[in-house]
Amino acid sequence: METAEKTLDEILALAAAHFKVPREKLSPDGDFFKTLGIDSLQALDLLTKLENHFHIELPDYELQGVTDFRTLAGKIQARL
Amino acid sequence: MESFSGQALSWKVTGGVVELALHREPCNEIGSLSLAELEKFAAALDGLEKHAHALIVHSEMKPGFCAGADLRELYRRSQDMEKSLARAGVRDFLERIHRVLNRIDAARLTTIAAVHGVTFGGGFELALVCDLIVADKLARFCFPELRLGLVPGFGGIPRLKRDLGNAIVRDLLLTGRSFNATKAQQAGLVSQVVAEGEGLRAARATAAQLGKFDRSTAIAAKKFIKPIPYEELQREIDLFCELFSRPAVEAGLKKFVESTDPQPYLP
Repeated sequence: METAEKTLDEILALAAAHFKVPREKLSPDGDFFKTLGIDSLQALDLLTKLENHFHIELPDYELQGVTDFRTLAGKIQARL
Repeated sequence: MESFSGQALSWKVTGGVVELALHREPCNEIGSLSLAELEKFAAALDGLEKHAHALIVHSEMKPGFCAGADLRELYRRSQDMEKSLARAGVRDFLERIHRVLNRIDAARLTTIAAVHGVTFGGGFELALVCDLIVADKLARFCFPELRLGLVPGFGGIPRLKRDLGNAIVRDLLLTGRSFNATKAQQAGLVSQVVAEGEGLRAARATAAQLGKFDRSTAIAAKKFIKPIPYEELQREIDLFCELFSRPAVEAGLKKFVESTDPQPYLP
């Protein structure tokens, strides 16, 4: 079982690599739409990456209103 | 017409394989322009079938295969005309796209959709007319229509029912949620999942393999395996038009089109 902090760390690393943003620019509580400069379609790419990485299924409606990595990590943690 | 280069799509024949490439910004939304060019393609199929054995449909746009119907155009046009005319326009559009998709569905070619990224609504329906779907790892499938107060209108429901069990059809349609390629493969929708950016290569390899088989046998097998549910397709058009005339749909479309929310697909 992964810890919440480890899950968060993996999400940040994955988002940084996928969107080619320096890892240190990503804050756990920052708005990832703004920080990554992405739209909803790119967010779906990230969701797919995360589902593949963690081997989970995360319905997109659970992410409605989620804009920060920490909350996202919580949603993923609940599916591990 | 062996090759064509339009504003929304192009096609060419290479080694017995027709490659239909979608390339309309931003993600191949199907509006009047795409429909007119798809009709050209459907009309050209009679000729293409004489010297090809396979068809690959793919997208050259980075966000994905196809984001579905051009809802902005649909909304704008419905605002510009009287309600009964708008409804008649929608029915005409649906009848035309169904004719195109039914023609591709019935093609005497083995057809492959090579999909990546967004494969939503009408884009998903275009993939569903193909015999095989090859998806890259980042492909995502969704029927978001219920979120707008509608049902899929390009033949999605009958073709999903043709291919999948009813429980998964209900999940896709009634929740409006999106599936990734792995889930779509588990459900039986996708025949191959490949690495990012490898969909077209894998589709070409599959098409090359198909060229080794006797065509008349392949055509007979396809006709036997993949019947076209014409009656249900017509009923879907009627249901869509009935729902489209409700004020809630106009309000949903307005909200979608005018939204500046970064998550417009997630009401």
